[in-house]
Amino acid sequence: MDNIMKVNLKVWRQAGPKEQGGFVTYENVETTPDTSFLETLDILNESLIEKGQEPIVFDHDCREGICGMCSLFINGHPHGPATGATTCQLYMRRFKDGETITVEPWRSAAFPVIKDLMVNRNAFDQIQQAGGYVSFNCGGAQDANALPISKVDADEAMDSATCIGCGACVAACKNGSAMLFVSAKVSQFALLPQGRVEAVKRVKAMVAKMDELGFGNCTNTRACEAECPKKISISNIARLNREFLKAKLKD
Amino acid sequence: MWLFNSSIGKKLIMSISGAFLVLFLLFHATMNAVAIFSAEGYNAICEFLGANWYALVGTMVIAFFVLLHFVYAFILTIQNRKARGNNAYAISEKPKNVEWASQNMLVLGLIVICGILLHLSQFWAHMQFAEIAGTEGGNVAGVADGAAWIRFYFSQPWIAACYVVWLVALWFHLSHGVWSAMQTLGWSNKIWFERWRCISTVVTTIIIAAFIAVVLAFAFHLVPCECTKACCVAACIN
Repeated sequence: MDNIMKVNLKVWRQAGPKEQGGFVTYENVETTPDTSFLETLDILNESLIEKGQEPIVFDHDCREGICGMCSLFINGHPHGPATGATTCQLYMRRFKDGETITVEPWRSAAFPVIKDLMVNRNAFDQIQQAGGYVSFNCGGAQDANALPISKVDADEAMDSATCIGCGACVAACKNGSAMLFVSAKVSQFALLPQGRVEAVKRVKAMVAKMDELGFGNCTNTRACEAECPKKISISNIARLNREFLKAKLKD
Repeated sequence: MWLFNSSIGKKLIMSISGAFLVLFLLFHATMNAVAIFSAEGYNAICEFLGANWYALVGTMVIAFFVLLHFVYAFILTIQNRKARGNNAYAISEKPKNVEWASQNMLVLGLIVICGILLHLSQFWAHMQFAEIAGTEGGNVAGVADGAAWIRFYFSQPWIAACYVVWLVALWFHLSHGVWSAMQTLGWSNKIWFERWRCISTVVTTIIIAAFIAVVLAFAFHLVPCECTKACCVAACIN
């Protein structure tokens, strides 16, 4: 293997939710530009295990950018310096040889640290459970032309539905607001006829749950859409506001 | 009630009160601009407003919205700080598309409030308030002689400088605030977002340009002295 590069990893280590955490720097971690960031953490973890030390705990699953499990706040950005990509899609060629890379967990009161870089994102599941679904039986797929949907709406709904619920929006927001996530989940249904049936109930339930779980208030800074690995637009937040206000005014 | 309990409800209060205040500023800036062209015209507006019932009702409505905007700014900020948690990031980089103003609205708002207090103590206290209280307004000029008050204050460099700082802060506050208010109202999408941002910049710049023009015109003595009263002449020489 040529092209060996060495980086220093400054990693947040925290033994448990209630323990005091702190940064530990692992110097000269050997990797290559074509190695992914998570694989570099794997390499580091292997060496830690060989030395009899506790490996670094971090969330990951599919490693192809679709499951939403990976997180990590790398060098000041959720999912690292690349845009429109998750941490698992981040490669070491983004960094310089000898660079010190700071790795932190998502920091938000609603996402408490479980251990090291792993945070509890159960709050998102609870918001989804509050109304992020269609509760009636839609039956089998019918002919596409039996229920006409404009291409514009179909595309918008699909874009909204690409949200993987990773929590980068909350991590990036100075207010710890979950509005981008909730708005994407509300929008993917609000734009389609099957979703409209329960639209009023859904938006009220999901916003109520979001507020209850202690997420902050949106102040339209747009940090969320800039850091979102799926490039979810804040036009979804405008739609969420619209849907919510309309629902409340109807009461 | 949802308006006071929900996050979107509280933001709606910020949005509506803010939008109303922008309309007020648009009026105020237009009115001020008259002072550059005609002291007589400006004083006619001062006379027309004065302590008449409609001006008092208007003032109270404005005061109510300012207070509402101020109180909810703090309620929302406290909640947001709590939601953010106690642990700050060691390194946090601002993404390119994020406006500086959008992340500093509270600080900008506080500068604006300080400016309002200064402004009220200098103008309102000597004009509308003096008329309500039945006092003379002060030894500089009468309660409806706004043009003289403008000349008196803005010909003092430190006061003019304070007003410029205040107005620049207001420019940043509004440049984010206007489109943000529309976004909160839900009146936006991918196309309207760009439109509102443009409208935001244009409206804000018109308002602030009109205000600053008056401050600078009088600070640099560009407006000829029409009034022959002793008090005005004194300010003119000043």
